[in-house]
Amino acid sequence: MLSLYDGALDVPVILKNWYEEEATNNYGAYIPFVGTVRSEDGIDGLSFDIYEPILNSWFSSWQEKAKAKGAVIKMAHSRGDVMLHESSYIASVFSPKRRVALEFIDEFVEDFKASAPIWKYDLLNGKRVYALDRSTAIKGSGILGEKK
Amino acid sequence: MIRVEFLGPIQKPSLELDIQNLSELAAVLQQDDEMSEWLTNCAVAVNDTLVSSLEVPLKDGDKVSLLPPVCGG
Repeated sequence: MLSLYDGALDVPVILKNWYEEEATNNYGAYIPFVGTVRSEDGIDGLSFDIYEPILNSWFSSWQEKAKAKGAVIKMAHSRGDVMLHESSYIASVFSPKRRVALEFIDEFVEDFKASAPIWKYDLLNGKRVYALDRSTAIKGSGILGEKK
Repeated sequence: MIRVEFLGPIQKPSLELDIQNLSELAAVLQQDDEMSEWLTNCAVAVNDTLVSSLEVPLKDGDKVSLLPPVCGG
């Protein structure tokens, strides 16, 4: 399940809903990761753009990998502005045993950072500033810059 | 015609181009000084599937998207 929201995530509600959705499905482990906006470098918050068609196909490929291990992934992300101490990202893995969930959440979040088509901006003095120095070029980038 | 979209922080309107493949798109965009840095760090998708080679043929109605470096979370 992939859910996108305008603005900050309602973390307690999302975690509770996910818990209740899977509570009787015989999963022994539920491991959530919650990403929260921290105060640093004078920012007022963060803002996000998302390209949904490719995000959806990226997420589906991970859901298939999870299914092959008997696990389920759920992810929620914000669009637009998210202010300090609010949360913009939650990823969770449910699996029969804890080891699969612990390993999977790590691999999933790392690939999310490197591949999910989401762009982050710092909110600074009312401006939206692209966070290029914290961003990662998607694998295979740069082909249009190749000179013949 | 091929529609070319610039995603995320690239502040550029979409283009409609009469081109046959991604090599021709590269040649067009390399003439645009504003695009020079983006071309070195953008990924490319054709009809919402990422591609890793310029040897991709394009047909009328295809959509090409440029995806700059990402940072979700």
